[in-house]
Amino acid sequence: MRRLIRPAIAIAITVLLALLPELTISIPGVLPGPTYTVGTQQLLALCLLVGALAVTYDLLFGLTGLLSFGHALYFAVGVYGFAIALQVWHLAFLPAALATFGIGVAAAAVVGAISLRVEGISFAMVTLAFAQAGSLFVYRNFGGFTGGDEGLGLARADLPSSLLGVANTVNLYWLALAVAVLVYAAIAWLARSRAGRVMAAVRENELRVQVIGLRPYLVRWIAFVAAGSLATLVGMAYLLVQGGASPQVTTSSFTLSLLVMVVLGGVGARWGALVGGIVYTLLDQRLTVLAASSRVDSFPAVLRVPLSQPLFILGTLFVLVVLFLPGGLAGVSQRLRRQHEDGRSVLPDPDPEPTVSSLEGVG
Amino acid sequence: MSSILSVRGLDAFIGGQQILHGVGFDVGGTGVAALLGRNGVGKTTTAKAILGLVRRHGEVRLGDGGGRRIDSELTHRIVGRGVGYVPEDREVFGRLTVAENLELAVRDTRPNYELVYGLFPELAARAKQLAGTLSGGQQQMVALARVLLNENRLLIVDEPTKGLAPLVVTEVADALAAAAQTVPMLLIEQNLAVVSRLARDVVVMAEGRVVHTGRAADLFADQDRLQQLLGVHQTAEAKA
Amino acid sequence: MSAVVLLLITALGLGALYFLVASGLSLIYGLMRVLNFAHGAFLTIGGYLGYTAGEHLTHGSASWPAFALMLLIGAASGAVFALLVEVLLIRRLYQREIEQVLVTVGVGLAAVALVNGAWGSDSRSLPVPAWTSRTTDVLGARVPNDQFVCIAAAVLVLAALLTMLHRTRYGLIIRAGVENRAMVTALGIDVRRAFTAVFVIGGAAAGLGGVLAALYNSSVSPGMGDALLIYAFIVVVIGGLGSIVGSLAAAVVVAVLQQFTNYYAVSGLGDFMVVLLLAAVLLVRPTGLFGRAS
Repeated sequence: MRRLIRPAIAIAITVLLALLPELTISIPGVLPGPTYTVGTQQLLALCLLVGALAVTYDLLFGLTGLLSFGHALYFAVGVYGFAIALQVWHLAFLPAALATFGIGVAAAAVVGAISLRVEGISFAMVTLAFAQAGSLFVYRNFGGFTGGDEGLGLARADLPSSLLGVANTVNLYWLALAVAVLVYAAIAWLARSRAGRVMAAVRENELRVQVIGLRPYLVRWIAFVAAGSLATLVGMAYLLVQGGASPQVTTSSFTLSLLVMVVLGGVGARWGALVGGIVYTLLDQRLTVLAASSRVDSFPAVLRVPLSQPLFILGTLFVLVVLFLPGGLAGVSQRLRRQHEDGRSVLPDPDPEPTVSSLEGVG
Repeated sequence: MSSILSVRGLDAFIGGQQILHGVGFDVGGTGVAALLGRNGVGKTTTAKAILGLVRRHGEVRLGDGGGRRIDSELTHRIVGRGVGYVPEDREVFGRLTVAENLELAVRDTRPNYELVYGLFPELAARAKQLAGTLSGGQQQMVALARVLLNENRLLIVDEPTKGLAPLVVTEVADALAAAAQTVPMLLIEQNLAVVSRLARDVVVMAEGRVVHTGRAADLFADQDRLQQLLGVHQTAEAKA
Repeated sequence: MSAVVLLLITALGLGALYFLVASGLSLIYGLMRVLNFAHGAFLTIGGYLGYTAGEHLTHGSASWPAFALMLLIGAASGAVFALLVEVLLIRRLYQREIEQVLVTVGVGLAAVALVNGAWGSDSRSLPVPAWTSRTTDVLGARVPNDQFVCIAAAVLVLAALLTMLHRTRYGLIIRAGVENRAMVTALGIDVRRAFTAVFVIGGAAAGLGGVLAALYNSSVSPGMGDALLIYAFIVVVIGGLGSIVGSLAAAVVVAVLQQFTNYYAVSGLGDFMVVLLLAAVLLVRPTGLFGRAS
């Protein structure tokens, strides 16, 4: 019976979210308007996608213990790749989507194979290097099709009519919800599978994994490719919701903000990452609006300057969470079990909790 | 007889794995206690756990008459209380000179360079040489010299003769014997000739636990026991 | 020929900036195993406070004493900021290295945002000595004089760092700690003081670099630290974690490679290549050219 509770909650939440545009829920100060309005639907779609992206990052960092500073690259492949496939190569919608996904998988496979040859901080730096190269490629507009600083806009002719127009914003919301649910379910399934339990075991104790004859490199690579591919998928949906590609998504700051989201939500707790992503996006968007509002202008400079900068508030919040709430939002409700590995740090329990012994009998 | 170090119920963990299970023993206020056991039983981990270099739980007391608990202190604090540590594999700083290695180790206001250069005159000659270019035996001398510069209440020495030529082994054993006259020592050693020369007490470990404690002389007299615990024959008369 | 001379000297000037940022990063990583993402913020804050000092002291161009004071204030503010970060935040997370890295990420984001809020996101030009805006003829090339200032500053900092490392007790502890931190504690030394020392040193060098970067770019902007930080990371990795000499050599190599490629091949290709060089070095020799095995 207990085993059914979690999926039941997930389904209930999904149904509620799907129904939101039909309802008249207002959260003043948080949402720009009631949930049947276009502005709110756009914002919620964005939140869901960024939340899904955070969950893919949690697969890398929380579950498998891979600190990557270049995850934004695969998301950017989704955003830019889809835009280019539609606009520059003039592919039809579905072929463009498939092609973009294929490129994302390939990119993650290649970069992962190379990067995973090293570990720890070296791995982090290599992923940073590749992502930075990608970012340079976009910003400098090599080849002339990335749009450089200005990004790429989407033309109406490239999209199916069901996604065009203000009235169809609700379709974009449901698309975002569908993608988010798909990504979340896929990662939950992966984490519970044999491969997923090995990923968690590799994070905890690589030596024992090797001793029972499994290969950490392969397992990590699978996690890397899965995370990257799903990020590409999210990126494609993001392009549609945003209506264009902005080079900001290729920056290392963007990956760092993913890190912030995952830590805020609680490392290793999937729903925590989703919530972290949603909260971060909401805070970012709403604080920007607050900053521009006349109310803040009247504050004294000491308050006004920090409050006018969403990143200041988010950065400070992040520091406070790391210092005082290492489990993030999920940790507040979950029990933490500390493991100091030779002076290394703490990751809270993932969910479900794997042990190497549960892998005995695995081929 | 009072003990300088008392260990009770010590558990230790490396990389999430438990290596030591309820280890307990005493080191007497004088003389040498040898920590013995086959490879991989947790001898080095025990030394590191006492010093706080690995994660540990349990009770470790330093000092006679009950002593002070050091099992949750940071390493530099423990060492600062007068514990000299000679690690397995020496761990000298290869990119520093011999003189710099010694200088770094100085804790007291009046380090005992006469003793150290008296025992190891080569170190004075090679003062400006980079420690990484020394031979294994010379590095071992640096490692020993480091602790002997200071006044210690306890020395913890881990496999000092590992990988050394027989002549050098004798030199090292001589230095250890000299040191043991004034400071009690916990000695981890595989070379049983050295052990039988220096040790009064023995503590034998297997699979992260203590399986035997007693007098060294008694253990060496009992070949069967020796074989059973350590898998070797050893005669006490063999040259150390 | 004169193009080559000009490229070489401007590359050395850029390399000087890289060195100022990378030297501190290298020591911090080498000793503490913390990848300090706030290091760019040290540079930015140093640059902006130096700029503010300049604005109050002069109008138009700065006198040399005023500029020296700006450099001093830049270094000092970087040092103070680094000290606060280490004492208030990093130290609380002793032996939890991943969390320490995370905290530096947060500090980096927050500090730059604060600068953005306080001074605005537009770049502002720095008051500088008139001489630095002129050029000097070197073997037929017209070299901007600000390059010489950057190079001279880097040389001085190098000398100071090497002296500190090889002639002081803290330097001894740092050099040993970079090699084997656990053993240093096993000698009874509290490495945490050395941690604070390297943070302060790194902050000072970065803060100084901030004012010089403003000189080099003719302006301060909130993103200046982060723009340089990625190249500083590259220099640290290539030069070897914990090695000052390595940072110097790598800074020169990276800057020269970058400038020459940008000029002779395609503009921007140099930046691209240097980033890929980072990946290549990490894969082949993770400890860098001069680095220690971790």
